[in-house]
Amino acid sequence: MNETPKPNSFRSGPDEDGRFGIFGGRFVAETLMPLILDLQAEWEKAKNDPEFQKELADLGTHYIGRPSPLYYAERLTEHLGGAKIYFKREELNHTGSHKINNCIGQILLAKRMGKTRIIAETGAGQHGVASATVAARFGLPCVVYMGATDVERQAPNVFRMKLLGAEVKAVTAGSGTLKDAMNEALRDWVTNVDDTYYLIGTAAGPHPYPEMVRDFQAVIGQEARQQILEAEGRLPDVVIAAVGGGSNAIGLFHPFLDDEGVKIVGVEAGGHGLDGNEHCASITAGSPGVLHGNRTYLLQDKDGQILEGHSISAGLDYPGIGPEHSWLNDIGRAEYVPVMDDEALEAFQLLTKLEGIIPALEPSHAIAEVIKRAPKMGKDQIILMNLSGRGDKDIFTVGKLLGVGL
Amino acid sequence: MTSRMDTRFAKLKAEGRPALVTYFMGGDPDYATSLGIMKALPEAGADVIELGMPFSDPMADGPTIQLAGQRALKGGQTLAKTLDLARDFRKSDDETPIVMMGYYNPIYIYGVDKFIDDALAAGIDGLIIVDLPPEMDDELCIPALAKGINFIRLTTPTTDEKRLPTVLNNTSGFVYYVSMNGITGSALPDPSLISGAVARIKDHTDLPVCVGFGVKTADHAKAIGAAADGVVVGTAIVAQVAGSLTKDGAATADTVSAVSTFVRGLSTGVRSARLVAAE
Repeated sequence: MNETPKPNSFRSGPDEDGRFGIFGGRFVAETLMPLILDLQAEWEKAKNDPEFQKELADLGTHYIGRPSPLYYAERLTEHLGGAKIYFKREELNHTGSHKINNCIGQILLAKRMGKTRIIAETGAGQHGVASATVAARFGLPCVVYMGATDVERQAPNVFRMKLLGAEVKAVTAGSGTLKDAMNEALRDWVTNVDDTYYLIGTAAGPHPYPEMVRDFQAVIGQEARQQILEAEGRLPDVVIAAVGGGSNAIGLFHPFLDDEGVKIVGVEAGGHGLDGNEHCASITAGSPGVLHGNRTYLLQDKDGQILEGHSISAGLDYPGIGPEHSWLNDIGRAEYVPVMDDEALEAFQLLTKLEGIIPALEPSHAIAEVIKRAPKMGKDQIILMNLSGRGDKDIFTVGKLLGVGL
Repeated sequence: MTSRMDTRFAKLKAEGRPALVTYFMGGDPDYATSLGIMKALPEAGADVIELGMPFSDPMADGPTIQLAGQRALKGGQTLAKTLDLARDFRKSDDETPIVMMGYYNPIYIYGVDKFIDDALAAGIDGLIIVDLPPEMDDELCIPALAKGINFIRLTTPTTDEKRLPTVLNNTSGFVYYVSMNGITGSALPDPSLISGAVARIKDHTDLPVCVGFGVKTADHAKAIGAAADGVVVGTAIVAQVAGSLTKDGAATADTVSAVSTFVRGLSTGVRSARLVAAE
């Protein structure tokens, strides 16, 4: 597990009120306060309970397939002619993305708390599938809220969830994407407080979710750090990950935060460009505000109304970002950059052809950033990127964009 | 100076009847119509007005209030215009307490200090901010109280004996007991459970306790009013607005009168509540 953070560590947040600097907090209705206080108390106990940690590790090994490999992308490295490129292969996990790491952890907590019903929100459907999977594995009923627009563009994942026994509720409010699904999940939770556990899929929401989800995802960075030391005898120069809510990114970044020489880059969805509102670049083009239980960077108008945003990738289509990323940005420890839809689409195709890996559209944004950076770096330098999900779910979206009927 | 809120509740106590607290959404479906609604409320029997501030992501509200907020935003409503509503209302009514109700982000973006000053100047008496629990009191509650704006807190069935003092600390004006876990506009719970819950809260505070969530008819209002210091009606009023609009969501000649007729009915229920209780 995590080593004890050093004094002046970047890894000691949040404080006891769930704050990372000015970000984070517990901005929820009173009905939910006792629940998140219970959750926090249970999480504090569980994380120091060897039994809990053992069960988590066992399921990690035998159910998820951990550790995921760290893969040297030789052909992509040659093609770009610069830094050596390594991928942390989270797309090889059971269910095809990093989302399962968090779901296994939280369902063990739900079980400890005696909850008998699971609810979740999902954008691309990866978290929905992972939630439905662990609910099936532990025999609990599961309701997944998903924006109606996403239900349409992620049909294969909707069918997967249904096969796994989950009920998928299409949310038509707003633009029918992830933010609206999260509103609806919160409404369900407020209504069914006694038996229901809300399995949030990203490192955002009220305290303790951002911290807890990060800790469940930090296994990515812990393994990657050890694996790169074994492969190269040193730490990478840059770590890169795509950021929507930011759980795969914080999972990779967190164990590297105190490694001074490691540059940290989060890639936001630039959509059609940052000029208008057709993007989801909360940090690069948004401002701090309060939504879904936390203060963080948001896309909003000057009256504080939340904007819908746009991304080619349903998983990045969220107008906010986890509060720890907002803090890492403001203190300058991490850098956040936008990548446009068309750049992500090109990166998707390049990786598929050069490495025989079909990436999800979410990490395709990170790949596009790697494509920009690697050629400018020396051949003795190293980039480590989180390949957070596989792209099978996206082939219909990509087919449509490339003008190929499937 | 005695506040409008304290004066109003003292007067109702002297009359021996509960308050009728009415919610409507500021700017739904347009500024002029919602000002008309606001002005009609006291005459129809409303004792306290809750002025809804529209928000794009109302996480604790059901579809009726969510749609009202969307209509208001589409009609160009902003937080500044919601303050204007209060200011315009105060030109003809300086007695009815006004409580602004909504979510924190528009206030945070407006600027907390500027908001408090402008709200005071507009004649606002209290705030109900759904997503600011006591743990977040430094954000708005404490600065608002310091300048004399009441901060009204929601207590719910999940607020247990241990937590109740935390919730009541820094609460002023009145206590809003949300009679069920859920979103606005859900079904009405059993009134006998409500009187027990109200008594439990009253063990901890001298503030009036108003009860809401699920009150839809004069009979509901009467039943709840028998057990509490006030009855809060929101969704059912907003539904009257919605039901009076054209299919494109525009106001009609009936919009204001639909609300006032409905509120008059509720008022009859509330005014007969104690008579029943005394029988």
